[in-house]
Amino acid sequence: MTFASTAVRTVYQAAFNSLERPLLFVQNLVGMRRVAWMFLLPNLVIFGAFTFLPIILNYFYATTGSDAILLSQRPYVGAENFRTLLACKDYLDPNTCQQDIFWRAIHNTAKFVVLQVGLMIVFSLVTALILNRDIVLRGFFRGVFFYPVLLSPVVVALIWKWVLQRYGLLNAGLEEAGLSSVNWLVDANWSFFWIVFVTIWAHMGFYVLILLAGLQAIPSDVYEAAEMDGASKWRVFYRITLPLLTPTMVVVLVLSLIRAVQAFDEIFVLTGGGPGTATTLILHYIYETGFAARPRLFGLAAAASILMAAVLMVLTLLQLAVTRSRAEG
Amino acid sequence: MATVLNFLTRRRGRHGFDLTDWLSWAYLVFGTVLMFGPVLWVVLSSFKTDAALAQYPPTLLPFAAKTVAVEGYDKPLELYRITGGEYQGRHLAEIRRIGLVAQMVDPAEPDKRLKVNIKDRQPEQALAFAVSNYTELFSRFNFARYLWNSVFITVVATVITVLFNSMAAFALAKYKFRGRTAVFLLIIATLMIPPTINLVPIFLVVSKLGMVNSPWGVIWPAVATPTGVFLLRQYMLTIPDDLLDAARMDHASEWRVYWRIVMPLSAPAIAVLTIFSVMWRWNDFLWPLIVLTRSEQFTLQLALNSFQGELQTNWSHLLAMTVLTLLPITFVFAFLQKYITTGIAQSGVK
Amino acid sequence: MRLTSLLLVTAVGALVAGGGAQASELRFACYQDGVECDTWGRLLKQFESENPGTTVKIDIVPYKSILESLPVQLAASQGPDLARVTDFGGLARYMLDITPYIKDASYWEDNYGPTLKWARVNGPDDKGIYNVMDQLTVTGPFVNKTLFEQANVQMPAKGATWDDWAKAATAVAKATKTPYPMAMDRSGHRFAGPAISYGAKYFDAKGNPVTVDDGFKAFADEFVKWNKDGTMAKEVWAGSGGSAYQDAAKEFINGSLVFYFSGSWQIARIGKDVGDAFDWVAAPEPCGPAACTGIPGGAGVVGFKSTKHAEEVAKVLDFMAQKDVQAKFMAATKNIPANKELQQAGVDYVNATNAEKAALKQFTNDLQGFSPIAFEFQGYKNNRAIMNSTVTRITQAIVGESTLDEALGRIDSDVKQAVAAAK
Repeated sequence: MTFASTAVRTVYQAAFNSLERPLLFVQNLVGMRRVAWMFLLPNLVIFGAFTFLPIILNYFYATTGSDAILLSQRPYVGAENFRTLLACKDYLDPNTCQQDIFWRAIHNTAKFVVLQVGLMIVFSLVTALILNRDIVLRGFFRGVFFYPVLLSPVVVALIWKWVLQRYGLLNAGLEEAGLSSVNWLVDANWSFFWIVFVTIWAHMGFYVLILLAGLQAIPSDVYEAAEMDGASKWRVFYRITLPLLTPTMVVVLVLSLIRAVQAFDEIFVLTGGGPGTATTLILHYIYETGFAARPRLFGLAAAASILMAAVLMVLTLLQLAVTRSRAEG
Repeated sequence: MATVLNFLTRRRGRHGFDLTDWLSWAYLVFGTVLMFGPVLWVVLSSFKTDAALAQYPPTLLPFAAKTVAVEGYDKPLELYRITGGEYQGRHLAEIRRIGLVAQMVDPAEPDKRLKVNIKDRQPEQALAFAVSNYTELFSRFNFARYLWNSVFITVVATVITVLFNSMAAFALAKYKFRGRTAVFLLIIATLMIPPTINLVPIFLVVSKLGMVNSPWGVIWPAVATPTGVFLLRQYMLTIPDDLLDAARMDHASEWRVYWRIVMPLSAPAIAVLTIFSVMWRWNDFLWPLIVLTRSEQFTLQLALNSFQGELQTNWSHLLAMTVLTLLPITFVFAFLQKYITTGIAQSGVK
Repeated sequence: MRLTSLLLVTAVGALVAGGGAQASELRFACYQDGVECDTWGRLLKQFESENPGTTVKIDIVPYKSILESLPVQLAASQGPDLARVTDFGGLARYMLDITPYIKDASYWEDNYGPTLKWARVNGPDDKGIYNVMDQLTVTGPFVNKTLFEQANVQMPAKGATWDDWAKAATAVAKATKTPYPMAMDRSGHRFAGPAISYGAKYFDAKGNPVTVDDGFKAFADEFVKWNKDGTMAKEVWAGSGGSAYQDAAKEFINGSLVFYFSGSWQIARIGKDVGDAFDWVAAPEPCGPAACTGIPGGAGVVGFKSTKHAEEVAKVLDFMAQKDVQAKFMAATKNIPANKELQQAGVDYVNATNAEKAALKQFTNDLQGFSPIAFEFQGYKNNRAIMNSTVTRITQAIVGESTLDEALGRIDSDVKQAVAAAK
């Protein structure tokens, strides 16, 4: 460990020394007022080229038709792709929509985000509270719950597919115990349960650690005072722990919302969006339409992604406004 | 036993073990099984042959048919336990099976052929690790090459990510300038947009820049993460400005302020971003799949997926490869567990 | 420290090697179900020794890469020189016509005529030579013969209908307590064979899709019914969504499936993994009112226009198409030859077991009796749109998300939308 940290320190030092003079020169050149841009520039250039520009290009895909990949070969169709997506008699009944799977995916995503984020927060909190107790091997258990966070989505899905398939570990265990086996991934409700479960399994560890930190930051004298007053454990939790943990909970909520909306890889490998369309989420629809389908309907996929991005932007900004007003208030 | 129990029920400061403690322990033990069990199951499965993988009910440990060398037969024969019929209770080796009848032989009397109904025989199995799943991988693949590519991309991308994101975060957190809010909102607005939906346009950009089939085609598009900028900015906001101003009084350049004061003070948040970036780049699949087409540039994740054909998947090799890609990250985690978990813990509060 | 320097040396070495590569190094992006790419690697050594100066470097990639990344790479002129692909129609606009570079075009025409057509979609009088099939596949049923014997049920003979097979398989499953009587891969391609047997036309003389006709409807109706009543293993289709592919080979191999409708590419795997556990056979194609047909398909190697070494690429393809090379390749990969001479002469599958040989022979014979629609459908430009939609929509009917009529209506509108976009 010492060798490694010395090496890191040396490199860090050397990088500083070699860069200080040229950067001081730049600083003097642009002046103090614009020095912020010097720090922003590298990130902004990359961001512009690989994030912002593609988003703009995406807009051009959304307003053009045909199955050609190069923009120069695609005829302009105006808002037709958006009209196709939004053509619906009743937005609550996907069957009446022209793109029924798009709307099923929207319904599923809404349901998934609410359930997954809600349950994720409950389970992370319970786990964090337990890990916050004075227990032997606490470091070990902390590691145990964090380990799945490191696995790639594809590996997570493969692992669980191996467990849940008709001839998997779980059914073998059930039959061993004398129970009848269940076709987990064929039943719509079970499938939905498992995609919620597996995504929680894979990401919970991260949020547990954040909440654990929040819990440990609560000064112990607050609890001692409450204990003196003879407050019940439940009351202490409800009146002290929970309110003091709120800022941390907001962080967890924001991060887990982002992850839930973007959920795709694990679910795609685990259920393929099935049975039928029971676990097809919005990203899955975009992927199927733009990549897996023949011919590829890039225009439709791009239009769907722009609609999704618009909704997400509004949500993010709303969230930011709420957290900011909370922080100030 | 008593000492073990004593150790397990020990609590700092207080004595005694009440109901909630038992419940907590039950929860944690159950959690451990749930978290590690599936991974362990895959590790064990990776040592099974393809035939054993198709078996139902599946066995926990890899088993293979026991064979026995019988005089007069070139190849070793598979051994069966006879569960019914006239030879019940004996252990016989099978010569061949014709329809419903198996021709068998007692290894002790190699001359006599016996006929047994196939319903009356159970294969004798012995523990056998199909190490060949792994050795075949190494002989077929330039494993070291893929490992090197993955490590290169992961390390370089992470260093650049941390550097660029922290610089941007520093600018956004510690300077007041025209356009600051606009830049910040722009970055935040893309926070939630998954890169997956922009794959084709990004590819066109990368291809115009001539970075197809180069590790840089994987690295550059990945480094300007909005999550990283957001995370670091939020953390840097908590560093008091007085510290920075004091340094400036001593005629420190802005670069020195950033490198010598802000960076070290943001260490916990940087640790988190480092872990995130390592995880993202190590596990990346969809993007490298499009950018890298030459096998000498492949990463481990791409090699792992080359077992997926159109119509068939080579499960035994796929599982072995899965375990191999798991190993490095597991080792890194095992050694750095303490730093990683405390790093996340400290930065999360902000 | 030593490790670092070692890595450094490797890296520098690789750079030098990369920079000094031959002017005509061809890159061949290859996916494999079994050992196809490994076998090409071995056989192309011979080519390289016959053509000094040309090397072929094989990049073994996931199928996903061929299906999704390759078209994008080709559109941006960043593709490989050669690739092993399945979607001939979709990639035809990027493919290299090797006619000007080969000596004996009539050899190709005589031996690969029907499969060459699959890539000729660039115009009505497209006469180009683009593809050499290295894995002609034929869809058809595998049957667990031992289960039939145990149940004492007569196995339906040639000419038996789908209904006969369904009844027989159900009886066997019941008598032997086997969980699944029948299963079919989750694929619109597998579905198409029986549908044509039931009278589906799929497209009219002008090439317009007529996806949902009485024949299609009749088989779809039976198929959904069988899935609902347990005759078909429901999880194969219902267990997934979208157009994702799913097979049932595992169920067949572990003996819990009586009748498995898949195709010739499974022979090697079933042969190896079933081993001596039970007797299995490839049965003749079950019949419908209109025909007794499966559908051909498969993979082949193609070159791309963007290559800088068109002549060498053509040479490689020509080498691959030669009879003796094909014979070696088919023997090693246990596939059915697309080469007519070889089909008639028969391939000597040296390493195959008797069961495997019998199955290969059965599939090769079936091919002769296939409906012409089956061949044309494989080369039909809108076939993937139809097949993808079939899988997605029929699954919805199976799991009860929609009625069969709604599903059929959706297939029709999906295909119309796709056809409009492809124009």
